[in-house]
Amino acid sequence: MKVAITSTGNSLESTVDPRFGRCAYFAIYDTDSKAIAFIPNPARHVEEGAGPKAVQQVASYEAKKIVSGEFGMKIKPLLDSLKIQMIVVKDPEKKIMDIMEMLNH
Amino acid sequence: MNHSSLSLDRTNVHYMSPRTKRLRKVINPPVIKGFKPYGPDTGKGKAEPVMLHYEEYEALRLCDYDLYNHHAASIFMGVSRPTFTRIYSAARQKIARAFVEGRQIAIEGGKVYFDSDWYHCGSCKCFFNNPEKDQKVGECPLCGDTEKISGVEGDPEKFVPETSVEVGTELCYCPQCGYEQRHQQGIPCKQEVCPSCQSHLTRKTLPGKQPARHRGGRKH
Repeated sequence: MKVAITSTGNSLESTVDPRFGRCAYFAIYDTDSKAIAFIPNPARHVEEGAGPKAVQQVASYEAKKIVSGEFGMKIKPLLDSLKIQMIVVKDPEKKIMDIMEMLNH
Repeated sequence: MNHSSLSLDRTNVHYMSPRTKRLRKVINPPVIKGFKPYGPDTGKGKAEPVMLHYEEYEALRLCDYDLYNHHAASIFMGVSRPTFTRIYSAARQKIARAFVEGRQIAIEGGKVYFDSDWYHCGSCKCFFNNPEKDQKVGECPLCGDTEKISGVEGDPEKFVPETSVEVGTELCYCPQCGYEQRHQQGIPCKQEVCPSCQSHLTRKTLPGKQPARHRGGRKH
């Protein structure tokens, strides 16, 4: 199963981006093969509607869960209809590595 | 009225836009799109259907199905109590109109957003929702914990977990090894013994609140 994590940079040391729509990178982590890919967010500098564009991007990678600091109002109903689970991590210090470890539980 | 007075009137009028409506939160969309009446006299006058807004459906559901009072239901929907009562009375009036006039009810429109139920995991302090509504939440999707999961009422942004140590909490603290436990009122900290190094504990108060003193107690 694939999990999308919003990231501030493109390394395992980067922290979780507190925003979803305008995050710098998406880390797509495959919990089965333990592979991770960093994809720059194309919707980052869009003036309006960054959230829905980011949702499209994540949905195209067939992610079933998204880990982020916050989800905007437009995104919640979209992800609900796509049956993608939202996980809100309030700790801004958490690194991508930590999240990966937790997902492996 | 002559021309000059008319133009004067116009300059004095302030065209103000009304205050924008707050988004009303609806937990789940209704399972049906509406209702149709049946019987020999239905559909004779080609009556327009009654439009029941989503927020009105939600108000009716919270009040008359889940039996919440208006105050509790207004908090769920993220509006004020008077606003909720107005939405609710609009719902009843529309349904009554549909019943009496034999009209269809179409549930659509309104200024709403849909929000699912949120859960909180006490061990990794994360929030998550449950997109598979028919399946029960068994474990935390992030850390896999199965015990410390609790439901969250309303918005996770405003949620304060009960298990977290709040500011001003009093702790019993071990000066030898640094062990801490929550202070129980009525039991002096000195009577408590540290489980790891067997020494007596002392009081420690987290910053933010003055330590609670017993009534009538005096500083020496």
